[in-house]
Amino acid sequence: MTALTAPTGAPPKAAEQLEHRQRFSPTPYLLLVPAIAVLLLALGYPLVWQVITSMQKFGLAQQFGKPPEFVGLANYTRLFTDPQTWAVVGRSIAFCLVNAVITVVIGVGVALLMNAVGTITRLILQIAMLLAWAMPVVASMTVWIWVFDWRRGIVNWGLTQLGLDFTNHNWLEQPLSFYFVATVIVVWMSVPFVAFSVYAGLTQISEEVMEAAALDGAGPRQRFFSIILPMIRPVLMIVALLQVIWDLRVFTQIKMLQDAGAPIAETDLLGTYIYRLGVGSSDFAMASALSIFVLLLTVALSFFYVLHLMKEDS
Amino acid sequence: MSTATATVAKNRYRVRPSRVVATVVALILALGWAFPVYWMLNSSLLPNTMLTGSTPHFLPLGGSLDNFAAIFRGGTFWSALGMSVAITLTTVVFCLLFAFAAALAISRFRFKGRASFVLAVLFIQMLPAEGLFIAQYKLMSSLNLLNSVAGVSILYIAAVVPFTIWMLRGFVAGVPIELEEAAMVDGLSRTQAFFRITFPLLAPGLVASGVYAFLQAWNEFTVALVILQKEEYQTLPLWLRGFVQASATRETDWGQVMAASTLVAVPVIIFFLIVQGRLTSGLVAGSVKG
Repeated sequence: MTALTAPTGAPPKAAEQLEHRQRFSPTPYLLLVPAIAVLLLALGYPLVWQVITSMQKFGLAQQFGKPPEFVGLANYTRLFTDPQTWAVVGRSIAFCLVNAVITVVIGVGVALLMNAVGTITRLILQIAMLLAWAMPVVASMTVWIWVFDWRRGIVNWGLTQLGLDFTNHNWLEQPLSFYFVATVIVVWMSVPFVAFSVYAGLTQISEEVMEAAALDGAGPRQRFFSIILPMIRPVLMIVALLQVIWDLRVFTQIKMLQDAGAPIAETDLLGTYIYRLGVGSSDFAMASALSIFVLLLTVALSFFYVLHLMKEDS
Repeated sequence: MSTATATVAKNRYRVRPSRVVATVVALILALGWAFPVYWMLNSSLLPNTMLTGSTPHFLPLGGSLDNFAAIFRGGTFWSALGMSVAITLTTVVFCLLFAFAAALAISRFRFKGRASFVLAVLFIQMLPAEGLFIAQYKLMSSLNLLNSVAGVSILYIAAVVPFTIWMLRGFVAGVPIELEEAAMVDGLSRTQAFFRITFPLLAPGLVASGVYAFLQAWNEFTVALVILQKEEYQTLPLWLRGFVQASATRETDWGQVMAASTLVAVPVIIFFLIVQGRLTSGLVAGSVKG
């Protein structure tokens, strides 16, 4: 702003006055006060508390009012020398990557299908996707738990009909099949967003280009890799990044599946582990340290997304 | 958006058999994605005796609304509904007020710190509840706001406000300032010009943002789980979770659980369909322009 006003040759006094008037107008600041106040109270204060607590000893004595003792990064050292932490972190990252990849691949496939089929089929597919997308997470979870129920679930019945003996098979008992069920649910929930976003990108590709490529002898595979993929790359990157961020913080799905009767320690991911440390065992120092780790991870991942939003905005 | 011409053009170079395969695959996928929703509705209409039979019933023949009636008779649904409505309304109203004011500030004024505020908002909207809920629990416990509408609402407003500011900012920026200036030339004050000219044009944006806030607050689970630990203060998602928890240890009346899920899901599905388009484009924020 200043660089613009300085060399214009206008009388410096007038420019200065204008600047002054703009700079000291209190209106924009007043308009921001409520939003900033609620953000500071609900996110700012907890964030600061969390940073401080993660560097304090928070034991039994502190619960009875003894002032906490500053221990620096000792909590972090304790946290990251604990194999349990690494098991949870490793599982979370693996779960997140597997789910994000499957979701994006299926999502792109669905978008391509929407583009390839007739109007009626496309509408049917879109309505089905919208329904799944609109379902509240908790409602979806109750349905999926019912679908996989070990006593009367439709999945066990179907597999038994196919000649496999799945009578009374409990899907949530073993960590691996627990994660399989969780993946099915998370992918089912996440695919619609990817599919609709990518489909919106696909509709922007001009038919002339595709036709010209077809006339020049490009097969479907070539058309996909040489035209479609480069054109939808921007939207694909952003959607994939959002999937990674969302799947890393997955909580409700895991918590509900655990509630339905899974072994907790072996199925914990980052969110549920923090919950168990903080709410379950009141180990606020450890829970805070791990929360800070999750926040840093998210901010690092979000960096590119925010950069993208800023770029689109200007 | 000329789908008709697009289809015609496509037909010219697409081979028919591949089209048939695509249609079949698309229909199978549609079936897979719609099935859980259908299964919820179907089971919600069937009595427990039919759900616990040895073969599943794929159509709600012989069904009734008894499961819904049973839920309405129980008191827990009504108290959870009351909590959910109170929290959701508080969140939507305050979130819209706060976000609208902030959106005005950043799209109608140039001021020091504007760019950093926008940047902060974008980062804050990415912060996961899972990284903060323990500290938020301690905050609310020190403010004596555990198990209260106010406590949860404050956290929800803060969680929803950043994205709402971002969404509304686009709408406000979309109304040309020249319109307001023309009205001011015609003798209206700045405030009058804003409320008579710009505000009505922003109605669709406010509705979309309001529905977004509604969906977030109505569906939220994590923060509610931490802050509302007493059963009489449960919101609908926590109330639904209670059924799942019970199913771990004893035989569950799944018909009633599915009726409960349906009651939670239906308003959401209706509202969601209203704003779906805006949410997609808002999240991807223009990258689909190609």
